[in-house]
Amino acid sequence: MATLAPTTQWVKGAKDDYRVCGVTTLKVDMHTERLIIANAVMAVVCLVLGGIAALLIALTRWQAVHLLDATWFYRLLTLHGVDMLVAWIVFFEMAGLHFGSTALLNARHAAPKLAWIGFIMMTVGGLMANAVILFDPKSTVAFTAYVPLKAHPLFYLSYILFAVGALITVITFFINLVVAKREKRFEGSMPLAVFGLMTAAILATYTLLEGATAIVPAFLWSLDILPNYDPGIYRNFFWGFGHPAQQVNLAAMVSIWYMLAQMTVGIRPVNEKFSRLAFILYLFFINLGSAHHLLVDPGLTFAWKAVNTSYAMYLAVLGSMMHAFSIPAAMEIALRAKGYNKGLFGWLRNGPWNEPGFSALVMSMILFGWIGGVTGVTIGTEQINMLVHNTLRLPGHFHATVVGGTTLAFMGFTYYVIPLIFRKELKLKKWAVWQPYVYGVGSALVSLGMITSGLQGVSRRNWDITFAGVVPGTVDLTLAIFGIGALIAVTGGIMYVTIVLVSILTGERKEASGLLLVSGTNNPLLDSTKLTDEQMESKQNQPKGTLVMVFAFLVWFAVYYLSNWWLLGRTWFIR
Amino acid sequence: MLAPEKIWWKPLGRIEKTWLTVALVWCVFLTLMMPLWYFMGKQNVPAETYRTTPTQYNEKINAFVEQYKIGEDTINGITLPVVEAPAGSDVYLRASTWQWYPILQFQKGETYRLHISSMDLQHGFSLQPVNINLQVLPGYDYVATIVPTTTGEFTIVCNEFCSLGHHTMIGKIIVK
Ligand code: HEM
Ligand SMILES: [Cu+2]
Ligand SMILES: [Cu+2]
Repeated sequence: MATLAPTTQWVKGAKDDYRVCGVTTLKVDMHTERLIIANAVMAVVCLVLGGIAALLIALTRWQAVHLLDATWFYRLLTLHGVDMLVAWIVFFEMAGLHFGSTALLNARHAAPKLAWIGFIMMTVGGLMANAVILFDPKSTVAFTAYVPLKAHPLFYLSYILFAVGALITVITFFINLVVAKREKRFEGSMPLAVFGLMTAAILATYTLLEGATAIVPAFLWSLDILPNYDPGIYRNFFWGFGHPAQQVNLAAMVSIWYMLAQMTVGIRPVNEKFSRLAFILYLFFINLGSAHHLLVDPGLTFAWKAVNTSYAMYLAVLGSMMHAFSIPAAMEIALRAKGYNKGLFGWLRNGPWNEPGFSALVMSMILFGWIGGVTGVTIGTEQINMLVHNTLRLPGHFHATVVGGTTLAFMGFTYYVIPLIFRKELKLKKWAVWQPYVYGVGSALVSLGMITSGLQGVSRRNWDITFAGVVPGTVDLTLAIFGIGALIAVTGGIMYVTIVLVSILTGERKEASGLLLVSGTNNPLLDSTKLTDEQMESKQNQPKGTLVMVFAFLVWFAVYYLSNWWLLGRTWFIR
Repeated sequence: MLAPEKIWWKPLGRIEKTWLTVALVWCVFLTLMMPLWYFMGKQNVPAETYRTTPTQYNEKINAFVEQYKIGEDTINGITLPVVEAPAGSDVYLRASTWQWYPILQFQKGETYRLHISSMDLQHGFSLQPVNINLQVLPGYDYVATIVPTTTGEFTIVCNEFCSLGHHTMIGKIIVK
């Protein structure tokens, strides 16, 4: 057996120790290592459960196949929402928080016991939710559990356990930051990626608190302690939790984008101020987003809806548009500096397309921005939402953001976590080269199939649309596109899980020998390969290609947005 | 990703400034579109809402059906009244698991005050193929002032999950 690097004690004689990563020269606390492994494993377990459900419900909504009966469809729909949106993503983010608050700062884990308590609560909560949904027929309520639809009390309890566990983990993130600062583990400002993760953690704190205001009364109500729970108020609280939770995902994903770009092409952020400002915009404005889900609810005024849905003035959208520029621009400069300087897009053609971290990053950014972001802003427009609310266009939007965007970025990142943190050799590298493409193309088709079906009025969360009897014939086509996309995406998901499992179970346990997996042995993170100021500022390295791309993006955005107003203008008059 | 630059508080470059300005202008435009449409557009999200209870709402709807019933029709094998009230008046629609009651008839180009409320769970009013979608909550009497601009038979689909029979919850609106 290969020898692993020796560990050193943080403080002489203390029990806690760390190792020095041979690739990045970072100190990795052994507690951090184990916490990351535990959270990542649970994340993948939930992804598998949610993925099985995804396949089965997708094959049901594909009307030509129509696999499950109604009971199982709605049951697995509930399971899918919980395992994917809540469990998979949050477990992965918790792993990211442990990583960001210690390893990236060269610091120790200051609260491992608390972190394990958080992890155990999340695990119990997650598994309990699965069991309740599978075995209690009453708890088929979809993950939103809209009052007065009443689930088993254990259903709400599992949410509470999971959320409190997550909150505890977030608290350990802040403890770690403070301790690292006090012990002077790093100099000056924290790195950009940690800054982004901190944004995510701050958002997560009030998101989870708001979750408690929604779910705790529901729990009491399910026990008949609370006699009444107003459905409108529940919706407001629930989405005060559910929507910002998506911004936690966003901030975490953008941080991972920056890391992937740094790892695979060695970028230096074009302007740290610009990128940090964009994160700060998330922090201030994104919490207004609960309104996105209440745009056609009774009891709320136009002014309330319009102000909240636009995040005061689309300033959080501005934040995303800033990242959408700054990450590709930094990549362009880095690649141009390597000599790939031909024309507008020569740098892009010469990117390391066989490096899974790079392809996952590019696919994730395209799907998130060009499909997810554009459709999101459009359907979050107060009046346009009338055409969209609860149709398949909605899951079409968020399968581009949270599946093609977040999930794909997390998958790409995993391939580096396995050698660096699990210290296992990555197996099936050829599969890893292809996986981001398969998964990305599949989720793009899923999303487009859903969006085009929804445009024709097909509703979401609906076992059999033929009852409605009104859907035009082209729906069969768009649902087939969706179904085929689902098969491709699930294939990509199976590839991912297989690579991870085979590596963890059969890979040799050894120190990582390089950062990049297939595209070379150099390490863009080390100082010798870092870009100099001259390279960053040289005229021929300027990101002209990126500027063209972002303007093309804006044109597409405007076309999609304005054509939706046009569609709205053709329908019945309503006020 | 590792050590940050010592001094990162640098002024923005020309390209960043350009993009920031353009993106900001776009955001302002997105913001202005909503009030603009609110004052000039013909399709706006209804805001008029009253508190109600299932009992109260039922009384109203029974009186309404009795007064304006013009015939009968069946949906899912169940016979429902067809109701047409004069233009400009209040018309009532009731959502309950899993039925929309009654069948409403309108005249094209006329204005109606359409009340919608739920007797039990949350439901979704989705008028197809017009594709107008509204949330329906118990306890809330939601009033949409509508003008049908096309004629024919339209289906009301329930598009909020309302337990197992959700997909069977279909209603009808006729426009002459
Ligand atoms: C292999 C990829 C996937 C496929 C084929 C898939 C398919 C589906 C389908 C068919 C639905 C039901 C749509 C409806 O009838 O309303 C759905 C809903 C949903 N999916 Fe996925 N999905 C995938 C991955 C994911 C991932 C990775 C996430 C989250 C990270 C996710 C989050 C959700 C959520 C939150 C819902 C809404 C559930 C609800 O309406 O209660 N999906 N998905
Ligand atoms: Cu219903
Ligand atoms: Cu329903």
